[in-house]
Amino acid sequence: MTTFELNGKEVTVDVPEDMPLLWVLRDELRLTGTKFGCGVAQCGACTVFLNGMTRRACVTPVSMAEGGFVTTIEGLDSAESRAVQAAWTRLDVPQCGWCQSGQVMSATALLREIRDPSDEDIDQAMAGNICRCATYVRIRKAIHDAADTLEG
Amino acid sequence: MLKPTLLAALLCAAPAFAETVNGLRTPDEFSSIENEAERSVALFEEMMVVIEHPRCLNCHPVDNSPRQGMDMEMHQPPVVRGPADFGAVGMRCNTCHGTENIEYASGEGSIPGHQPWQLAPLETGWIGKSAAEICAQLKDPERNGHRTLEELHEHNAEDGLVGWGWHPGKGREPAPGSQEVFGELTRAWIETGAACPTG
Repeated sequence: MTTFELNGKEVTVDVPEDMPLLWVLRDELRLTGTKFGCGVAQCGACTVFLNGMTRRACVTPVSMAEGGFVTTIEGLDSAESRAVQAAWTRLDVPQCGWCQSGQVMSATALLREIRDPSDEDIDQAMAGNICRCATYVRIRKAIHDAADTLEG
Repeated sequence: MLKPTLLAALLCAAPAFAETVNGLRTPDEFSSIENEAERSVALFEEMMVVIEHPRCLNCHPVDNSPRQGMDMEMHQPPVVRGPADFGAVGMRCNTCHGTENIEYASGEGSIPGHQPWQLAPLETGWIGKSAAEICAQLKDPERNGHRTLEELHEHNAEDGLVGWGWHPGKGREPAPGSQEVFGELTRAWIETGAACPTG
């Protein structure tokens, strides 16, 4: 049994302790906003927050979450995340959309610590989030846009 | 009475009889070098067998990106050292690297991990340097992590992240020898005057 806080609510799952957190989120808890992309921590589609920090759920045994707290795209609720999601909508960032929950998680994490990120800050924070539709220009613009909203 | 093949196997398996462990010579192998300074240099050159292995060099770059693999390619995804040698805001090292090696659930190999997991400080970078340069660097507290030689021995012999090099997880070649032999070599090198190769 593994118990952790998921999006503010305590959950207990009866799964092998080496099962990836991503499997648990999607298949056991039916939170499918977090996506499977590569399975080897190369694409960022499965990004969640574990104890407040970005974490690729595909390489995270659920045992790592024991006693901790996990935030998924469904549970994002902060000034930064709201600004990011509003900017994403305003600029129509997604194309196919598969990678976008991971992109939003990383962008939110960036804005939590750097309220007015430079292009370099953005490129470094987002370098592990691949978008096969190549929406990178809109992603960068949306993060600047969200930052402006937060500053305002 | 033991059969000859069994006896040979037992002797090979006994560390006390081994002078080379997993491709790394033990200090005993250098005892025939009478000149102490020459012996010290030879011991350091054996330490270099470990230091120059990609398991060690990959995290001792002289720039801001770790390397990976036996070919020491740039880290993928592209990551940066960051202000604390722990990656960028929004993508710190522990975004992917956990407290231990983790086998991929949907592919071959594993993602390396250890607690802590971080890049060696910039001033302790080695990639591209000669044995003489690295030797001088290891004796310079400004460029060895502010360590005395005694602390350097402790680092080589006992540090967990150094030790990860011999336990790198599925899909990765371990560093030669063992951390124990690396520590013994470091001890012997220090006790013989910590001499450095020239050139």
